[in-house]
Amino acid sequence: MNYNWDWSVLLQSPYLGWLLSGAGWTLAVSAGSWLLALAVGFIIGAMRSLPWRPMRLLAGIYVELFRNVPPLVQLFLWFFVFPEIVPNAMGMWIKRGMPLPEFTTTVVAVGLFAGSRVAEQVRAGVETVQTRLLPAALATGLTPLQAYRLVLLPIALRRIIAPLTSELLITIKMSSIGLTIGLMELTAQSRQIENYTFHGFEAYAVATAAYLVIGLFVTWVMHVVDRRVTGGLAGKGR
Amino acid sequence: MDWSIIWNARSLLAHGLAMSGLLVVTGAVGGVILGAGLALLRISPYRVLSLPAAAYVAVMRSVPLILVLFWFYFMLPLLTGHPLGALSSALTAFVLFEAAFYCEIIRAGIGSVPKGQNQAAAATGLKGWQILRLVILPQAFAAMVPLFLNQVIILFQDTSLVYVVTLHDFLTAANIVADQQERPIEMYTFVAIVYFVICYCISLLVGRNKGPVFR
Repeated sequence: MNYNWDWSVLLQSPYLGWLLSGAGWTLAVSAGSWLLALAVGFIIGAMRSLPWRPMRLLAGIYVELFRNVPPLVQLFLWFFVFPEIVPNAMGMWIKRGMPLPEFTTTVVAVGLFAGSRVAEQVRAGVETVQTRLLPAALATGLTPLQAYRLVLLPIALRRIIAPLTSELLITIKMSSIGLTIGLMELTAQSRQIENYTFHGFEAYAVATAAYLVIGLFVTWVMHVVDRRVTGGLAGKGR
Repeated sequence: MDWSIIWNARSLLAHGLAMSGLLVVTGAVGGVILGAGLALLRISPYRVLSLPAAAYVAVMRSVPLILVLFWFYFMLPLLTGHPLGALSSALTAFVLFEAAFYCEIIRAGIGSVPKGQNQAAAATGLKGWQILRLVILPQAFAAMVPLFLNQVIILFQDTSLVYVVTLHDFLTAANIVADQQERPIEMYTFVAIVYFVICYCISLLVGRNKGPVFR
């Protein structure tokens, strides 16, 4: 194999800056999508566990729709189709006025997709405690909404931290689809360095290492969170 | 709205769908074979075998598939010395990437068989390989099937990512038509419906709504 190794190229301007900014965008998209996914996932997941059929059906449709269409197709729908089918003024604003269009669109697409997966975890978590705790919570005089907000969801959350960690890792990897609409995140930047310098091995190796580090860090943080929030309950709730 | 655009592009779209199918079949079959090998290495008592396999799985599972596609698109021509094109690099990437996930599924399946089965089989006089083949694997297989099918759904959705190496799968074919005819609404809606119907049907087969937790 004829290849000219040169790791120092990655430290040269502008390539180091590209990698750092790429990592920054990857983290920003992941954080934004994850917050959206948690918000959507908790609402939809709670709705799916309700004893009221229309709500369950509505939330079920959301989950099936969003997890059975590839995320990249969803991204294209949000980027190319959505601005065309909304009222004209809004479509114009999305295309011309919306700040950071590639970032925002990727966050929405990845976040809503991840939300459908988080919702399934939340539903599973709620269902494991529901039969015993819902009647108990209602018997203390809490309204159904309070019972969910104060009792079921907090306990469910503690039980699903491990699966949520995998979902977060999937979301971080998924943020790379933003490159198809021009978001210059980590994968896109390493690709761009390859195109400019032909030092693909070095560029992709650094990007791979960066994803590994981010993944290990997230796993460690979630492990600490898991120990913190379940510490008081250990041995009782689990 | 002009839906005839889809009918007019039917041959390009059908070819694209066939390409997606080829990627799924190759990724699943190659991934399972390689993944089974990896799983055997991972559960082996020798650390020289289990550690590299574990590292391979950990790395593949923490990087985005798009990055893996870029890796092989760039690396394979260098390794082999002549240009190979997007298809062979994408097929290689899919097999090697999926292997890591199938390895974990197979390992989880083997892990789901109670430890006592191992000891009971050994007590009847079976040897190591016989225990795995005659006692553990048949039971593990039942636990693996839903996870396998689930992974096939994810694999099918992931084939759309070959868009980044301009391999003409279903989504990329639709993308070409949408650009040429300036009909993004019809094309992408159609693509989404087709993906939805296929994935939803496989998911009904899995019965993943009935399972305890969707992994």
